[in-house]
Amino acid sequence: MVLGAGAAAGVAGWAYLNSGAPEGDIPPALRSVLGFNERVVRSALYDNGHLARTYPASAIGKIKVNGDIGLDDDVDEAAWRLQVVPFGAAAPASNLTIADIRALPRYEETIEFKCVEGWSTVTQFAGARLSDFTAKFAPGSEKAECIGMKTPDEEYYVSVDMTSAEHPQTLLAYEMNGAPLDSDHGAPLRLVIPVKYGIKNIKRIGRIEYTNSRPSDYWAERGYDWYAGL
Amino acid sequence: MQVLEEKHKLATRWFHWINFPILSAMIFSGFLIYWAYDPYRIGLGGITLFHFFPNWVYDATHIDHKLSIGMALHFLFGWIFALNGLAYVVYTVVSGEWRELLPEKKSWIEAVDVAKHDMGLKVSLPPQGRYNAAQRITYSAIVFMGGLSLLTGLAIYKPVQLHWLTALLGGYEWARWEHFWLTMGYVGFFVIHIAQVIRAGWPNFRSMVCGYDVAKMEATHGD
Repeated sequence: MVLGAGAAAGVAGWAYLNSGAPEGDIPPALRSVLGFNERVVRSALYDNGHLARTYPASAIGKIKVNGDIGLDDDVDEAAWRLQVVPFGAAAPASNLTIADIRALPRYEETIEFKCVEGWSTVTQFAGARLSDFTAKFAPGSEKAECIGMKTPDEEYYVSVDMTSAEHPQTLLAYEMNGAPLDSDHGAPLRLVIPVKYGIKNIKRIGRIEYTNSRPSDYWAERGYDWYAGL
Repeated sequence: MQVLEEKHKLATRWFHWINFPILSAMIFSGFLIYWAYDPYRIGLGGITLFHFFPNWVYDATHIDHKLSIGMALHFLFGWIFALNGLAYVVYTVVSGEWRELLPEKKSWIEAVDVAKHDMGLKVSLPPQGRYNAAQRITYSAIVFMGGLSLLTGLAIYKPVQLHWLTALLGGYEWARWEHFWLTMGYVGFFVIHIAQVIRAGWPNFRSMVCGYDVAKMEATHGD
C-alpha cells in the first residue's frame, strides 16, 4: 500500500513538474528550485574573495568557437561604440570607444573557461575590470542589483548579479591569448566572468545597463539557471 | 511450518526505497547533462573500444538533448539524494546496524567463496549474519561511492566557491571524470544486484518491503 502510494506520488509529482511550462523554459516548480539553490549559494557559499584558479601559459588550450548569436554581420570596430545606461538613468549616458576601455588599468588572467555543456579550456584574457569600469563610467551604479548586457543587434543578451559583476576576475576583455579578440571570439569587447558558466560571457557587447529589475537573459529564457554561478 | 524472523529494519527499508527512485532520477538527469558533452570512452590513444554513448542509446530515449531540464532535475533531486544518504549513514552508525553491514577482517577472503558459490561452483557459503561477506563489501562500498558522488558533484557544481574541494579531486575535468565512472559503478551494481535479488527468491525480496524473511531452519522430519 505504501509502495502504491509512493508510486502514485511519483507519477503525480512528475506530472506536476511537467505542467505550466512555456515553450523552451522549464516548469515553474523546477525554476523555483533553481531560485532556492541560488539563495543558498549567495547567502552561505559565495564570496568575492574566492578566486577562480589561474594557470601558467603552458596550460592554454585551443578554445572552441561555441555560439555565434549576435555576431551575424561583421563588426566595424572603428565605428563600434559601447552604450552605458547607469542605475536610474532612462537612456544611455555615454557612448564609449575601445580606447576608453583600454585607458582603464589592464588585467590579464589565464583561467579555465567552463561551458555549461561540460567542456572547459584554459584561456588567457586581458581587459579592464568591470568594477573599475563601473567606478569610472557609472559611479554609484554598484548599488544596482543587476547588470544587463546586449550585443549591438540585441540578438544575444545576458544579465548577472552585481556581486558577481564586481568580482575581481570579471573583465571587459579586449584580448585573448595575447592578441586582440577576433570576430569569432567577440571583438571588439566581451565579458569574461570566470565565476559564471560560459553562457554569461557575452561576446561583442554593445550596451551595458545597471538596474534593479533583472534584465532578460538569453539562456535563462531557454530553461537554464539564471544565476549560473560556479 | 515457516517461521518469520526480522531481517530489515523499518529505517533501512525506507532509506532503500527512497534511494532507488531518487538515484534513478539522478542518473537519468545526469545522463541528460552528460549528453551535452560526452567525451568518455574505453580506449587508448586513437583506438576507441567503446564510446559512452553510441548513437542508438541517445536515439532510444526519443528526446533531443535537454541539458537545461537535466540540470534543473539534478539540482532538485540532488537535495533528496544527499539528505536521504546522509540520514542513512547517521542511522547506520547510531543504531549499531553498521555491525551487520561493514566488512569484517575475514570478509575479504570469504567473499571469494561467496562469489564462487554464486557462480555455480561447488563451494558452500560461509556462515553469515544478515549479509554474506560479498554483500558486506559491496553494500558498504556503494554507500562510500554515494558519498563520493556527492563530493565530486559539488566540485563540478561550484568549482570556484568550493575550489579547495575541486582541487583535492584533481581539478574540474577530473572531478567530472570521477563523477561519471562512479555512476557507471551504480549501473554495474544495479545489474548484479537485481540478478541476485531474483536469484534469492520472493520471500527475500519481500523482506526488503515488509521487513520479515522466512527463517533458515535446519531440515526436520515432515517439513
